[in-house]
Amino acid sequence: MSTVAAAEPLSFQDLILTLHHYWSEQGCAILQPYDIEVGAGTLHPATVLRALGKKPWKAAYVQPSRRPGDGRYGENPNRLQHYYQYQVILKPNPDNLQELYLNSLRAIGIDPSLHDIRFVEDDWENPTVGAWGLGWEVWCDGMEVTQFTYFQGVGGIEVDVVSGELTYGLERLAMYVQGVDNVYDLKFNKEGLTYGEVFLENERQQSEANFHGYDVAALKRRFEDMEREAAHFLTMKGPQGQPLVLAAYDQVLKASHLFNLMDARGAIAVAERQSYIGRIRDLCKACALAQVEHERATA
Amino acid sequence: MSQLLLEIFSEEIPARMQQGAARDLERMASDRLKAAGLSWDALTTYAGPRRLTLVIDGLPAATPDRNEELKGPKTSAPAQALEGFLRKTGLTQDQLVERDGVWFAEISSKGRATTEVVAESVDDIIRHFPWPKSMRWGTGTLRWVRPIKRILALFDGAVIPFEVDGIQSGDVTEGHRFMGAGQPFAVKDFADYRTKLERNFVLLDAADRKLRILEGAKAVCAAKGLALVDDDGLLDEVSGLAEWPTPILGDMDPQFLALPPEVVQLSMKVHQKYFAVREPGKEGLAPHFVVVANVEATDGGAALAAGNAKVLSARLSDAEFFWTEDQKVGFDAWNAKLKDVTFHAKLGTLAERVDRIAALAREIAPLVGADPAQAEQAARLSKADLASGMVGEFPELQGIMGGYYARLAGQPDAVADAIRDHYKPQGPGDTVPTSPVTVAVAMAEKLDTLVGFFAIDEKPTGSKDPYALRRAALGVIRLVLENGVRVELSNIVIHAGRRLMAQQLAGRADKLEAFLEPLRKSGDLADDGLLQQLSSVSQKTAGVLVVDTVEKTPPQEWERRRSLDFGLFVMDRLTVLLRDKGQRHDLVAAVFALGDDDLVRIVRRVEALAAFLATDDGANLLAGYKRAAQLLKAEEKKGPLPAGAVATGLPNQPAEETALAFAAAAAASAVDAALEAEDFAAAMTALARLRAPVDAFFTAVMVNSDVAEERENRLKLLGQVRGVMNRVADFGQIAG
Repeated sequence: MSTVAAAEPLSFQDLILTLHHYWSEQGCAILQPYDIEVGAGTLHPATVLRALGKKPWKAAYVQPSRRPGDGRYGENPNRLQHYYQYQVILKPNPDNLQELYLNSLRAIGIDPSLHDIRFVEDDWENPTVGAWGLGWEVWCDGMEVTQFTYFQGVGGIEVDVVSGELTYGLERLAMYVQGVDNVYDLKFNKEGLTYGEVFLENERQQSEANFHGYDVAALKRRFEDMEREAAHFLTMKGPQGQPLVLAAYDQVLKASHLFNLMDARGAIAVAERQSYIGRIRDLCKACALAQVEHERATA
Repeated sequence: MSQLLLEIFSEEIPARMQQGAARDLERMASDRLKAAGLSWDALTTYAGPRRLTLVIDGLPAATPDRNEELKGPKTSAPAQALEGFLRKTGLTQDQLVERDGVWFAEISSKGRATTEVVAESVDDIIRHFPWPKSMRWGTGTLRWVRPIKRILALFDGAVIPFEVDGIQSGDVTEGHRFMGAGQPFAVKDFADYRTKLERNFVLLDAADRKLRILEGAKAVCAAKGLALVDDDGLLDEVSGLAEWPTPILGDMDPQFLALPPEVVQLSMKVHQKYFAVREPGKEGLAPHFVVVANVEATDGGAALAAGNAKVLSARLSDAEFFWTEDQKVGFDAWNAKLKDVTFHAKLGTLAERVDRIAALAREIAPLVGADPAQAEQAARLSKADLASGMVGEFPELQGIMGGYYARLAGQPDAVADAIRDHYKPQGPGDTVPTSPVTVAVAMAEKLDTLVGFFAIDEKPTGSKDPYALRRAALGVIRLVLENGVRVELSNIVIHAGRRLMAQQLAGRADKLEAFLEPLRKSGDLADDGLLQQLSSVSQKTAGVLVVDTVEKTPPQEWERRRSLDFGLFVMDRLTVLLRDKGQRHDLVAAVFALGDDDLVRIVRRVEALAAFLATDDGANLLAGYKRAAQLLKAEEKKGPLPAGAVATGLPNQPAEETALAFAAAAAASAVDAALEAEDFAAAMTALARLRAPVDAFFTAVMVNSDVAEERENRLKLLGQVRGVMNRVADFGQIAG
């Protein structure tokens, strides 16, 4: 049963291509996924670091999200430890961002006269990168399909210019558009390839590795290595005298993923948890501060 | 007289903030316009998902002219005083008038155009609006709850021109995001505004939206022979989520009815904001839900209902997952997890808290007619569900899930019920448990909270009560009173304090032991060394307190002193509770001053006292008491009061004095007997017999006689009267 009136619902990859095309038309740079494991598309430096400072910026990209603790061995129809987010950042946010967003839904075949589109309060916060914003979860017939946020702060620093951020949950959206109940049944393309054929095995193997495989002591050591490395890069200078924020931030992302893996292994006691998050946040703040100060100094 | 219409149109305002925003807009607008000297006939505000609206009828076109005379300093005052006055008034000295050696300033100002005042006020209101959370957008500097798109401002049908941070006022607004005309439209006045909004599928008034939801929801249920499960909180919320709320009935997969109804209902409410549905005359829920959409879909809502049903299935599958996974885990594993969960940094883990609650529940059990073993067992299991998957997902289900899981695990009903209900009563409106085991655990749970936070000096101050101690104290009081539990609270509290201390000492001793262990193994720790001694002493101290001496050692003086603080806090709450029931607060104080901590007895005594004071005898006796107390107090200032028995049969002793002496002696024994039997009405009757002799005594007898012996005897007599009365209550604390 299809819940959408479109003649032929978009395949998973056509959904991405449609969004790429749509946001490209809106003047966004279409970027590729970042090549480090992250828990959310926001963490891509093209969002977190570009949201700082005054320079305008428009970009859209797909980013795999890795959430080791959410793995269900491919047995849960809705939960994955690896899935995709479609991320749009517009800085400063245009006045008609809501309209632009609704038109993107129309572009992928969701008709607001048939469906119940709602902007429901959801103030977004990511404590590990010290970022926060106000906005909504956008609901389509009761399902959260997008996080819509006006960034207010990043890395613990209040932003100079407000960015509008859209995060579409691609699998959910595709399931909705295709009228499919199980993520693994999604049509990946028009050739009959399913999402399950592409990713089910990955879920099975990675779930086992996440929950039972990783050597906790080694994760901990690597976390500490990355932490040191990040701090080290922040003391270095690049050829134009700039701080090595991008390199340092890469290490922060790696440390953050290592933390998530330790967490999935159940190796983080409640009391330790805040301390780990605090360590990552402090590094992230240091990156943000270095970037902002450098931009101010060179402005 | 004219009408003002103001609309601040923005992106979607969080539902929970709308009602407060309407009130704030009303207050801020009233304050500012009044301060400008304006008055009006009617002022109304509205709040909805995308707009705040203000309409004022009967507003004059201008503020009144002002003529006022300000009094300044004396002409003889130092120069600085005059300079200050000139600065304040903005006048020069030759503009002042002198009268009777004082400077006066005559100030008259022309009224200002109302539109000008409104324009200024709106700017000020927008910049200072107290949103619980606000944001900036784009490159602007304004803060609002979400980006402002337009400002509509009309006075007497004409636009009031102004701009706020680049947003120009106008006469234009918008309708429903999807169902409206799609184009902004102009309006003339409030009636036109309201009508055009409705024509564009926006109900301005939250009350209208609620009505539409309630009627619509009931209608879609009734059409299928079903009934809506009312939920006022949810109704409030959804009325702020839709400008054109349209209830639609959806179907739920009946397999989910196997889940506890609380889980289904909460999952629907919290995640999806759906109303639950039931079949009339049947227990539990029906396999349906009501979603309140913001659109009347062109297909009648079929696609929308199907979409929502699918989302609900996913949500309930999640809940079902927790429900089945939790049953595989069980209480032992959860309780083990509680060892890693901090309750409060200074009060240890949840597991330690559970140990304390278990000991308390066991101690309280016999007092409430519960089996101590069952009470302890229920307490030991009471917090386990906090580690379960379901409560992790829905914290509101704490206790409820524990109750379900305990029953499934074969625990007796008394234990499962106690786990389910031990958080009760949660507020003044919540019901109080009555099953003995539940009462024991519920009291223990709250007393542990109170004793713990009092011990670490985290008492509520003013409006700050972060650990909800007032609620906990009120809970204890209601559990005691409504179940008629006879308990000396201070003893229980002292015992609880001892257990807490023992636990903390033991914890520290264990840490020390862990530190010493390697030293001991290595042989570096001499058997009689200092560290070794410290270790054995701390182990012993903890041990001494842990063993059942906790309940056998009588309360020590310092413990009584420390627990008094707690007693006063409980009395405060009791006073509030009784005051809400119409009882005088001074009577509670008068009874509490006797040092009693049996709440049931205190309340009975207060009630008897109130009844007594309402009688003629009571009121007059109170007056007599006050007179006696005053005399005695004046005397006490000079030195100790004469002690010893009151003499009768003295030469020249007035009959009234003798009569009062006999009456006081008779009252003393009658009062003692009545108090012994806890018959407070009889105690009051005994006191009532003092009224006539006391009145007669004061009328006929002069206390301050010139004869020293007479004076001494009369003071002794009054002291005796005061003493008898004080056994019933401290009448000195009673107003009147």
